[in-house]
Amino acid sequence: MTAWLLRRLVQAAFVVLAMTVILFIGLHVIGNPIDILISPEADQADRARAIAALGLDQPLWRQYALFLWGMLHGDLGRSFVFHEPALQLIGERLPATLELAVSAVLLAIVIGIPLGLYAGLYPNSLLGRSAMAGSILGFSLPTFWVGLMLIMLFAVRLGWLPSTGRGQTALLFGIRWSFLTRDGLAHLAMPAFNLALGNIALVLRLVRSGVRETLPLDYVRFARAKGLRPARVVGVHVMKNIMIPVVTVLGLEFGGTIAFSVVTESIFAWPGMGKLIIDSINVLDRPVIVAYLMIIVLMFVAINLVVDLLYTFLDPRVRLEDRG
Amino acid sequence: MFPTCRMVILGAALAALTLPPAARAQTLRVGASAPVTSIDPHYHTYSPNVSLDAHIYEPLVDMDAASRPIPRLALSWKLVDNTVWEFHLRPGVKFHNGEDFTAADVAYTIDRIPRVKNSPGSYAIYTKAISSVEVVDPHTIRLHTKQVYPLLPIDLTQVYIIPHTLGADPATEDFNSGKDAIGTGPFRFVSYKSGDRIEMDRNDNYWGPKPDWQHVSYRMIPNDAARTAALLSGDVDFIEAVPTTDVARLSHDKKLHLAETVSLRIIFLWLDHRGMTPHVTGPNGEKLDHNPLTDLRVRQALSMAINRNAIVDRIMQGAAIPSGQFLPKGSFSYVPGLNPPAYDPAKARQLLAAAGYPKGFRIELDGPNDRYVNDGKIIQAVGQMWSRIGVQTAVNAITWPSFIGQANKGAFSAFLLGWGTSSGEASNPLRSLIATRTPAKGWGAVNRGFYSNPKVDELLTTALATADDAAREKLLQQATTLAMDDVAFIPLHNQKNIWAMRAGLTYAARADETSRAQEVHPAK
Repeated sequence: MTAWLLRRLVQAAFVVLAMTVILFIGLHVIGNPIDILISPEADQADRARAIAALGLDQPLWRQYALFLWGMLHGDLGRSFVFHEPALQLIGERLPATLELAVSAVLLAIVIGIPLGLYAGLYPNSLLGRSAMAGSILGFSLPTFWVGLMLIMLFAVRLGWLPSTGRGQTALLFGIRWSFLTRDGLAHLAMPAFNLALGNIALVLRLVRSGVRETLPLDYVRFARAKGLRPARVVGVHVMKNIMIPVVTVLGLEFGGTIAFSVVTESIFAWPGMGKLIIDSINVLDRPVIVAYLMIIVLMFVAINLVVDLLYTFLDPRVRLEDRG
Repeated sequence: MFPTCRMVILGAALAALTLPPAARAQTLRVGASAPVTSIDPHYHTYSPNVSLDAHIYEPLVDMDAASRPIPRLALSWKLVDNTVWEFHLRPGVKFHNGEDFTAADVAYTIDRIPRVKNSPGSYAIYTKAISSVEVVDPHTIRLHTKQVYPLLPIDLTQVYIIPHTLGADPATEDFNSGKDAIGTGPFRFVSYKSGDRIEMDRNDNYWGPKPDWQHVSYRMIPNDAARTAALLSGDVDFIEAVPTTDVARLSHDKKLHLAETVSLRIIFLWLDHRGMTPHVTGPNGEKLDHNPLTDLRVRQALSMAINRNAIVDRIMQGAAIPSGQFLPKGSFSYVPGLNPPAYDPAKARQLLAAAGYPKGFRIELDGPNDRYVNDGKIIQAVGQMWSRIGVQTAVNAITWPSFIGQANKGAFSAFLLGWGTSSGEASNPLRSLIATRTPAKGWGAVNRGFYSNPKVDELLTTALATADDAAREKLLQQATTLAMDDVAFIPLHNQKNIWAMRAGLTYAARADETSRAQEVHPAK
């Protein structure tokens, strides 16, 4: 177990290093942030001064070496745009994205699993059929369109929900969260649902096909023959066996939801990391891009780790030592 | 029926969560189109920052809605000597922390600006003409310049004054946290949530007319559709940069009111003036041993082939005016009668033939697709218009970060750009865009077409050394006419700045694109 964990950590470190090298070269090829940031009225001397101020006059290998040196000391550099430490900037935005992603995944679980179960158990019922048909829409409609339609309906036409932005926040564990206030929840509802839509459809379909596959199996029949209550057959025996793909997918989707909530955050003007990263890419704000992607890589590694641990819990046949 | 009933209750509950009407009447919620990156007024020369700063801080000289200089913290200014400007400061002005505003604060601000750390776009460009500062008395200050520099008052419109009691080199972070965000402006800073909103309260000790709003919530909503939706749903009261596609619809909405004015931002096409150019080939794709764009007749033909009225009507939906020079009518140094050439494809063909290109040539037209209003669509239209006179045009629209880097390297032959003349007069675009590239003088820094005309340079040199406004205006007009007759670049149109607000509000639309809550008033 320890060796396995160690191997995973070393792998993660290499992935992060490779990613930073690719980013440094890639961003260098795209262009110079000063071209974008500096006032158009600045003259040649002003430009040279600004480039030197950000250390961009150094050769690329030297910039990279300085970055590595800083990283060893826990400093990922300061944003070119905000002049704040990149990690601090991301840290300020992290809670907003986190609560959005967690709400979206929770919605996917709370709506997707029961609906999927129902559709699997009663595939010919009206609800089962409409859930399946609806899930196709959930997959195929583009998020930005659904987001705008939600705003048009609930904010502009009906006026029930605020159209954009994050609501009031309250303090918990020293961090400001908006799901603790009613105003915050009202602001959270639409973006969370918009982000959850694809995941709900995914989970629903996974659970349904899992149930359909599992029901005719011998152990289920045996459990029924033994006279177990239907609720126990479905709730324990079927559920436990179909959860492995669901957990895998939810884990990856959770990572994806955090990392790529860009579209939803832009439409709802949600001050999260997704908006920060897209703004940073637009101005080639390298310290923020690098720090952000490092966090995302580490997060994916961590999520995979948790997923693997969950496997052993759900299916005792899985042994961590056997896995790469 | 049951679900509907529950939804209504839910809706009512949610509606009750929003502010009570009394508080709302005193609050103005602004929907801004670009994120503010700092509360430090001297950190980054970036128009969204300047727009916000104008609520909290004030300059000595300000711009009115039409971008002509007006007194703000200075009551008056004059040249006392060829190289000495004297400013008389407004007495009785207090900073938000209760301290008096005096000449020491002006000296302190001018001293701090070049020393701000890691600035990606320094405000020193507005103070570098100043060689020394002389405090005469608490309400008189003299600014010495190296040479005659008539533009100093205009440069100072970008310089926001902070109190000298902030001490040596206050850090940018301390402005963002609010600790040092102290000015003399009509609003005081309350809080800043990066990427979300800035909250401000009225400065009840303000020296000038008090704003109508007790509280301002300045929200950043960069997505066009979301910003419009926020206004329609009543989440904000006032939005800037109304998307052109929504203008027609919003203007018919009785619950809304629109304010618009012609912007100082011009959209134009650069043509490469170098001897050899990368993306022009013969009519069959063969290499050319010269650059056709260096021939004036070719440049005139390309300009004449563009139907500017069609671009303005169809693509810009009326949110622009066709343009033949840097500035819109009514600006200092606008040249009356200098209009864009009339759309005339037949004459354009003749000019091409006369220049030795009866079969035209091939050219690539580049431009950004995410920077200016409808930029990608505009170059597509121009590409078609050029193809009609036999210039086979390949249109290439790319994202701004990648585009501007290549444009700076001289990788294009013809490309679209925009220029916002923040000074409101023609010396600014002439010096940066048109003057021959001369790093030592700081001229032609963004002359990305490599244009060079000694006569224009000479007129500009004289103009910049002429203190008399009327004489300078005449020289600038002459230089502008020369450059435009020579088709230094092809002007397309001046954008319009459009704001939308709930009915019952008024705004004197500003040519400089900034949104100021203190200038939004309830209609009387």
